[in-house]
Amino acid sequence: MPETAVAVRELTLGEAVREALAEEMRRDSRVFIMGEDVAEAGTAFKVLSGLVQEFGPDRVLDTPISEPGFTGIGVGAGMTGMRPVVDIMFGDFAGLIMDQMANQAAKIHYMSGGKWKCSMVLRTTLGATRRSAAQHSQSLHAWFCHIPGLKVVMPSTPYDAKGLLKSAIRDDNPVVFYEDKMMYKLKGPVPEEDYTIPLGVADVKRQGDDITIIATSSMVQVALGAARLLEEQGVSAEVVDPRTLWPLDEKTLIDSAKKTSRVIVVDEGYGRYGATAELASVIQENAFFDLEAPVKRMGAMHVPIPFSPPLEDATVPNERTVCEAALALCGK
Amino acid sequence: MSTVIAGSPPDSAIDNKLFLRMYRRMVMIRLFEEQVNDLYTRALMPGLAHLYIGEEAIAVGVCEALRADDYITSTHRGHGHCLAKGAAIDRMFAELLGKEAGYCKGKGGSMHIADPDTGNLGANAIVAGSAGIATGAAFSSKRLGNGRVTVCFFGEGALGQGVVYEVMNMAALWKLPVIYVCENNMYNEYTHISETAAGDILARGPAFGVPSESVDGQDVRAVYAVTKRLVDRARKGEGPAFLMANTYRFMGHHVGDISREYYRSKQEEQKWKSERDPIKVATEAILAQKITDQAALDQIQSEVKAEIENGVQFAMAAPYPNVDKVEQDVYA
Repeated sequence: MPETAVAVRELTLGEAVREALAEEMRRDSRVFIMGEDVAEAGTAFKVLSGLVQEFGPDRVLDTPISEPGFTGIGVGAGMTGMRPVVDIMFGDFAGLIMDQMANQAAKIHYMSGGKWKCSMVLRTTLGATRRSAAQHSQSLHAWFCHIPGLKVVMPSTPYDAKGLLKSAIRDDNPVVFYEDKMMYKLKGPVPEEDYTIPLGVADVKRQGDDITIIATSSMVQVALGAARLLEEQGVSAEVVDPRTLWPLDEKTLIDSAKKTSRVIVVDEGYGRYGATAELASVIQENAFFDLEAPVKRMGAMHVPIPFSPPLEDATVPNERTVCEAALALCGK
Repeated sequence: MSTVIAGSPPDSAIDNKLFLRMYRRMVMIRLFEEQVNDLYTRALMPGLAHLYIGEEAIAVGVCEALRADDYITSTHRGHGHCLAKGAAIDRMFAELLGKEAGYCKGKGGSMHIADPDTGNLGANAIVAGSAGIATGAAFSSKRLGNGRVTVCFFGEGALGQGVVYEVMNMAALWKLPVIYVCENNMYNEYTHISETAAGDILARGPAFGVPSESVDGQDVRAVYAVTKRLVDRARKGEGPAFLMANTYRFMGHHVGDISREYYRSKQEEQKWKSERDPIKVATEAILAQKITDQAALDQIQSEVKAEIENGVQFAMAAPYPNVDKVEQDVYA
C-alpha cells in the first residue's frame, strides 16, 4: 500500500467492491452485472446498492433463480464482446454452476487453440460462522483452483478487494472472485485515486521473524489477530497473504518460509485436499531444507458446517487455535 | 413415427442457385463424414467421431439462412454444422487428426471445432453445454446492437438438460435473438426418445412464450425456409424461437457403434436411408423440377470428392504440434 502523509479515506470491504464495480462500469460500457437480486435489492448482502440507479436495469440485471443458465449466458457474453460480472450469492451454489465454469468458461480458450476468450468475472462468497448452516457456509474455492483456465482471487482487505476486482474485470480470462461474507463490514483504508493490483502478487501483511502464517481471505484477519497474541508471548509472526490462489506468487511464500523456517497455512476451505495442501506442498518442495518443523495446515474440519453456534465455531480456525498451533510449532 | 418421416411440399420461393448450393454443401458433408469413417476404420484417426450422415439438410438449410457474421454453437455431432457455416475442409481434417494446422491447433479435436472467422462459437461435448453460450452470444448481440443472430444446435438428448429451459426462459424474458434448433434424430445415444422425453416437445417452447415449429429435417428447402423466417424475426428484435427438425442418424452414435440391432432395427434404418435420405430427396426434386440434369449433379459430386481428397492429403501430411505447445493457450 502506498505511503501517504494525509489520512486515507476508509471504506468497508462491501463499499470497496461496489466502488470497483462502479468505476469499471463507468470506464467500460461492456461491463455489466447479472445475478439474483442484484438490482433494486443490491444483493442479499446490500453490496451493490445504488448501482442500478446509476447504470440502469440493462447493466445491473436481475435474473431468474437459474444459476447454471445465467452463468452460461455470462460465459457466452464474455466470449462475444461483453465483460459480464456474474453474481452468485452463496459460494455453496458452485455445485449448480460447475459445468459452466469448469467445462465451458475454463476450456474455451484452450480448446479453440487460443481463438476464443472468455472475459468474465464470477463474484461469489465464502465463510462460515454466520449461522447459515451446511448449504450457505462453505468455502469451496479449491474446486475452482483445481481447474486450469480459471483464476481465483481471494481478497482480505477493502484495499485489496477494490484493486483486485478492477484487475479481474479487465482480465481476458474467467476469474472467480471470492468475498468473505463476514468481512463485508470490515473497514480499511482505500485511496480515492484509481489503482489496480495485479493478479498473482502476494502481500506480506505483517513482517515477522520466527514463523510464517500463510493465510487467505477470511483467515488473514484471523492470522493477524493470532500474530498479536503471539507477540505477547514473544513470538514474531509474519503474515503472508497470497491474494490470488491462481495465479500463485510462489516466490513470496517461499522467501518468507526460508526466512522464518516455520510455516502454518490457514484457509477456510476444507483442509482435506484443500488449498492448504497445495500451499504446504509449494513450501515443502521449495524450502524443505530451510524448515525447522513440518508445515502445519489449518482448514475447516471435514464435516458439513453445522448450524448450532458452538458446533459451527469449532469447525473453522480462529485466532486462539492458530496462536496455539504456532506456539507448538515454535516449541513453546 | 409416420408423421416424422412425411415429406414437405417443395417451396417455390427458394431459387435454383441456392438449391444447388445447398445440394453441393450437403454432398460435401456426406463425403467428409464418409472419409472420417474411413480414416477411423483404417486406424488413421485418433479417438472417435460422431457422424452427421443423414442429418445434412438441417445444418445446411439453417446455415444458409444465416449471415456470415451470425453465430452458431454446435454439438459432439458437429462436423456438419462447422462445414455448413463455412469451415474449410483441409483445416477440419487437420483438427480431426490432431494436427497443428487444424482449427484449434489440434487441441480441440472432432468435438470442439471452433472458429471466430465463421462465427462458430464452438462445438461442445457436454450435451446442452452450449445452450448458455449461445444465449449469452445473443445477449451480447442485443446489447451491442450488431444485428447478429445466434443458432444453438442441439440434439433431442439435450431436452433432458435443465439448463436448456433456464436459458429459453431468459431468452424470452429479454427477447434475445437466438434460435434453438433441436435435431431430433430420435436416439439419445442408444436410447429411443420415447423413453426419455415426456409430453409434447413442441409444447415446451410455448410454455415460455417461445414460438416453436417443427420441420422435415430431410428436406433442405423446408429447413431453409422456416429458418429464414425465424431468423428474420429474431433479427427484427422479436425474440427467440425453437425449431425441431425431425431427422435420423444413418450411422451409429459414433464411428465405433456398429452393431445397433439391440436399440433399433435394420429395417428402420433401411427405410430412412431409402426413403428419406436428404441428398436423394434433393436430387429427386432438382431433377423433377429440371433445375439441372444428372450429369451436372455428378459433376458436383466429383468436384467435392476432389476437395475432400485434397483436404485429407493436406491433413495427413501436416505436422503434429510440437510438445512444447501443450501449456500454450491455457490463459489468454
